[in-house]
Amino acid sequence: MAYSDKVIDHYTNPRNVGTLDKSSHKVGTGLVGAPECGDVMRLQIEVNEENVITDAKFKTFGCGSAIASSSLATEWLKGKTIDEAIAIDNMDIVEELALPPVKIHCSVLAEDAIKAAINDYRVKNGLAPIESEKSHH
Amino acid sequence: MNLPIYLDNNATTPMDPRVLEAMLPYFTEKFGNAASRNHAFGWAAEEGVDYAREQVAQLIGATEKEIIFTSGATEADNLAIKGVFEMYKDKGNHIITCVTEHKAVLDTCKHLEKLGASVTYLPVKEDGLIDLQELENAITDKTILVSIMYGNNEIGVIQPIKEIAAIAHKNGALLFTDATQAVGKIPVNVNADGIDLMAFSGHKMYGPKGVGALYVRRKNPRVKVTAQMDGGGHERGMRSGTLNVPSIVGFGKACELCRLEMAEEAARLSALRDKLESALTQLEESYVNGNTQYRLPHVANISFKYVEGEGLMMAMKDMAVSSGSACTSASLEPSYVLKSLGLSDDLAHSSIRFGLGRFTTEEEIDFAIEQTKKAVNHLRELSPLWEMFKEGIDLDKVEWVEH
Repeated sequence: MAYSDKVIDHYTNPRNVGTLDKSSHKVGTGLVGAPECGDVMRLQIEVNEENVITDAKFKTFGCGSAIASSSLATEWLKGKTIDEAIAIDNMDIVEELALPPVKIHCSVLAEDAIKAAINDYRVKNGLAPIESEKSHH
Repeated sequence: MNLPIYLDNNATTPMDPRVLEAMLPYFTEKFGNAASRNHAFGWAAEEGVDYAREQVAQLIGATEKEIIFTSGATEADNLAIKGVFEMYKDKGNHIITCVTEHKAVLDTCKHLEKLGASVTYLPVKEDGLIDLQELENAITDKTILVSIMYGNNEIGVIQPIKEIAAIAHKNGALLFTDATQAVGKIPVNVNADGIDLMAFSGHKMYGPKGVGALYVRRKNPRVKVTAQMDGGGHERGMRSGTLNVPSIVGFGKACELCRLEMAEEAARLSALRDKLESALTQLEESYVNGNTQYRLPHVANISFKYVEGEGLMMAMKDMAVSSGSACTSASLEPSYVLKSLGLSDDLAHSSIRFGLGRFTTEEEIDFAIEQTKKAVNHLRELSPLWEMFKEGIDLDKVEWVEH
């Protein structure tokens, strides 16, 4: 199976690899997936007082598509408000990266990681977590 | 050195140019049907097949009449297991095999279970070898067949076939071995090992695809299998179908070359393999899978913990290797062979199989070492698991949000 050019680009030059201070109240961390499943994504966001995501970082254990999905997610997150970020849909990632059907789960994982990071941030700041309307599990 | 380099010789091997040369006349000039007994075209084809049959037999210490040509090892596996089950059903219905067998054996056994066979799937030890005591315990007077592979396709471990055959025979059962990965790579002698039936294939030993053989013992004991393909009664009635003459000729030539060059080639490959393996296991948290003493000379299966195999292969873009990760398949299940060794799923997902071959050079191995190291380090930089490991977090205690 051939990878799309965009997947190869993100895989070869991943954007925003790294770690934010997870103890900071400005930082939300989402860790999703499991080593046994062959995919673990950690996505972190840093949020300012205006609810705008000023920084995003990721690290991913997984295949090329999983790495590309999380790299793309961090690019999209930067500069978005929390409300805009929560609206990112996995199918947007599928479309942008031209993921084949067997790799759709990588995009789902990225969406889950975004939501988990946002909820971690919300809970840290005394807000209720947002329930996802759709369930992938 | 041409890129990408091919290190997936357990999947298939390139054809040796000498094999191709032997085959060519049989497409256009000597195109006859080997079963046409009454004209020169048929005789020429038959002569080619007869010579190939000798070459094949000689490689494994058999006689020509014991070689049944098939379309490959999968067909030979099917013919052996289904053929014995049908032929010996009055004696019993019990078959013993092993969990790390190729799917061509496992799925054939599963099929027979639906038809009334009782099948025991022996586990393997951590090193991939079966426990002979478990075989002794499982075997009964209803056991008609013990089917254990010679060398494993994923990890290369070599089962103690001679000892397994002795246990089978002591209990009145036949011994079948899928020797697809072993024949042509290491000395395999059906008499020394006590093998009653054996499957092997052309394209794993620098011959063409689409041709293989089933060895069926003719003496001590005389073994029979019920044909699974009905028709013109070719191959002594055990496998009907016009013989694939060019491929059979190529298969014969491939067997001859393996026989003549095996000793030197095995020594060369195991030295290269050991070089690769010792360089790569210098990386932190990397582990060789399977027994390293009883092993085919050209295979190394290594897990690089905290990186995922398919992602890793993508970084090893100038190399063709294979992974125990199942990320490409819809099932998301990693290699059943590695899991049978007791490897956790994450280590199975992190495995890479390197399969060296006749055309592998030292320059290529040096390149493979460098590119693999670079790829592992790159992916560990990206891996949250590597970071957690480095922070001293016990990953087994983390509550993962399973996907």
